[in-house]
Amino acid sequence: MIRIGVDVGGTNTDAVMMDGDKILAGVKSPTTEDVMGGVAESITKVLDQSGVPAAQVAAVMIGTTHFVNAVVERQHMVRTAAVRLCLPAAQCLPPMVDWPDDIREAVGGKFWLAKGGHEFDGREINALDMTELDGIAAEIGAAGINTIAISSIFSPVNDAMERQAMAQFKKRLPDANFTLSSEIGRLGILERENAAIMNASLRALSAKTVQAFTKALAQVGLTCPYYITQNDGTLMNRDFVQAYPVLTFASGPTNSMRGASFLSGESDAIVVDIGGTTTDVGALVKGFPRQASTTVDVGGVRTNFRMPDVYSIALGGGTIVAGEGDSMTVGPRSVGYRILQDALVFGGDTLTTTDVVSALGLADVGDTSKLAGLDKAHLENAKARIDEMVHNAVERMRVSPDPIPILAVGGGSILMPDTMGDLNVIRPEYYSVANAVGAAIGQISGEVDRIFSLEKTTREEALAEARTEATQKAITAGAHPDSIELLDQEDVPLAYLPGGATRIRLKVVGSMNG
Amino acid sequence: MKPIKQIELGDMGHIALGGAFLGTGGGGDPYIGKLMAEQAIRATGPVPVIDVDDLDDDALVVPVAMMGAPTVMLEKLPRGDEAISALRALEAVLGRKADAIFTIEAGGLNSTIPIAVAAATGLPIVDGDGMGRAFPELQMVSMTMAGVSACPMTMADEKGNAITLNTVDNLSTEKFARSITVEMGGAGLIALYPMTGAEAKKATLRGSMSLIHNIGKIVEEEQAANRNCADRLARELNGIRLFEGRVMDVDRRTTGGFARGTAIIQGLDSFEGREIRLHFQNEFLVAETEDGTALATTPDLICLLDLETGVPITTETMGYGFRVIVFGLPCDPAWRSDHGLQLVGPRYFGYEHDYVPIEDL
Repeated sequence: MIRIGVDVGGTNTDAVMMDGDKILAGVKSPTTEDVMGGVAESITKVLDQSGVPAAQVAAVMIGTTHFVNAVVERQHMVRTAAVRLCLPAAQCLPPMVDWPDDIREAVGGKFWLAKGGHEFDGREINALDMTELDGIAAEIGAAGINTIAISSIFSPVNDAMERQAMAQFKKRLPDANFTLSSEIGRLGILERENAAIMNASLRALSAKTVQAFTKALAQVGLTCPYYITQNDGTLMNRDFVQAYPVLTFASGPTNSMRGASFLSGESDAIVVDIGGTTTDVGALVKGFPRQASTTVDVGGVRTNFRMPDVYSIALGGGTIVAGEGDSMTVGPRSVGYRILQDALVFGGDTLTTTDVVSALGLADVGDTSKLAGLDKAHLENAKARIDEMVHNAVERMRVSPDPIPILAVGGGSILMPDTMGDLNVIRPEYYSVANAVGAAIGQISGEVDRIFSLEKTTREEALAEARTEATQKAITAGAHPDSIELLDQEDVPLAYLPGGATRIRLKVVGSMNG
Repeated sequence: MKPIKQIELGDMGHIALGGAFLGTGGGGDPYIGKLMAEQAIRATGPVPVIDVDDLDDDALVVPVAMMGAPTVMLEKLPRGDEAISALRALEAVLGRKADAIFTIEAGGLNSTIPIAVAAATGLPIVDGDGMGRAFPELQMVSMTMAGVSACPMTMADEKGNAITLNTVDNLSTEKFARSITVEMGGAGLIALYPMTGAEAKKATLRGSMSLIHNIGKIVEEEQAANRNCADRLARELNGIRLFEGRVMDVDRRTTGGFARGTAIIQGLDSFEGREIRLHFQNEFLVAETEDGTALATTPDLICLLDLETGVPITTETMGYGFRVIVFGLPCDPAWRSDHGLQLVGPRYFGYEHDYVPIEDL
């Protein structure tokens, strides 16, 4: 299948053309203010460079940080009504209780609590009260709000009440957008509800973005479907991303690591992604990024998304080398995107890490004659410091004593030596567009995360039930049934509770239909 | 360590961090209780903290707590006044008002819940607790050693149910109350071990609230200064950095309502080339070397901290590849008595170790 992978980054929009496992071309263009101009330009370039006619492209896969940036910058979020089905429980901590003031204001801060919710074992806390919901719908309508996030206690165990409440609201608010917490999050009502509210508030932006992507593709003559990559490196179609923009929040580092894995053919490795100012180090386990253990703040809001575990240090190609002898420092300051003006090797007057590796003959960039006269001992000292910084970060992320390879990607990876301790460094071809490759190889997934009672079934039966459910979800999302395999499963018995309640999380992946 | 005299809004972050530390891997995330306490403090002002010696001998001291699965409480948040309902129900049984709130368990979610209750009721909170850490069952407290009865005990839920228990001994209280929490939806708020000031002076562990606050402060300060917090914790708390390494394997199984298991940790840096095993049952209970030699056992505290951030890691979230500090802290001397070790020593939890104080291992 011929397809294009696109990565919309802060500085560059990269694109690659792939045919099956083969990369036909890879290009970079500056990211534009409106995002779409850069996308159209990089796609045009990659079509040109590969010589593939637009009609032969079967799909476009796009990785974007557009939605997470909107949250971080408090931009493009619309007023949202948060409705929690919980009474009489959960009155003490209302929706958005722990949000920073500016983002709560950005979404309007309006919430309603209503009767409803389930216990952990599926019993009802309280039945829904349709008259009460009608009253809330009237208030939401009167407030002029058109976007609603509904959460209900233990909805990952039973989502019926969230659905019934949505149906009831639709009678009075037929044009409203809805986000149900059970469709997005995992157990932990505050975190799941936070994700649902952020998602709802981004629905207007996601509708606009999806339209703009469609337009950008049409502009360059592409009529094929396109997909957006989500947090775990799997794909969403346009309707799905329009409904669930929050699921793209962590796609950047995921695409970089998955791309590195694909380009090198390694599935267990440390990935070092060196940019202009920072280096992100992550670990690949069976071709997928290892996940962080803790709750993750997005723009100051607590969520329980599964995000890749990434360790970042202030070291990049533009990092400034200052001082002499024992007082020499590498970073944390960087010339950043001004590297092409400020670095010595490009005619500037600041000594950067890029100058150090160029002067030592370890990389071939710019005009090395401008580096003549630099003190060799000083340079070697700086290089040793750079190696030590990366090595420490790599050791922190290493998951086993086995000699797994280090995959170096990103524009700044010229800083990497060929070996690091007992580990070999691989700098794969197309290393500078690894993110776009990561997008192009996205798979389709299905996930289950809920509590099973082991009183009447065995653990194995419960796992099998979860797997069937996850497989069905993947097929519905567009996966080829024959290609589906188990990616990850864990079961954690619930502490302090008799009755064999156990929480099962399970994920399957498969390749895209067609 | 300077004792804390009142709990202000800005103290709750430190207390939640210190409470998670003393949770020794269990006890639940103090986050929900922290948010509740912050709300109450915003509404009514700081909570006075008093020393147990400042109590009148005939004062009524009442511990309040959450009982059941902390995971449930992360999903079914409290209505907000359950603990106060339990307190009021207990006051009705006793025919008198409480004079101070007490913390039964200094670790986990129960380190912050009583502060919310104290703030909401306007009562002071005593600088002490019944465990000096987290333990899984309600009879595992210093009050049991001192012969104080858990009963009358009251339990309340968000629906308005309030139940009073009178049982023959504290182990029976645990058994009956545990089954009621299930009926209440997996968790309930409780008031129990009502004590006079005179009893509290003999039966409780001291300085717990100050300790929690101090630990949280140290971890946060060291993190802000980009230093490994283990050095300062060891120096100032008389603790021991037992190990640093990567979690290589976690084997979990459920028996008798407990989340039991073993984690294998492989050394990093100065611990390179060595391996230890951590056994847990909700909390971390035994740390031992490859050949089975104990490094630390319950009731001494075994805390697992994230190597980079110093943030405590629970037995439920711990997973393969985590980089951790294993930190040991001597328990309150009261636990080292014969009666204490019968209640919470390694053999009570089914481990083939005789208790040896952590500083002698």
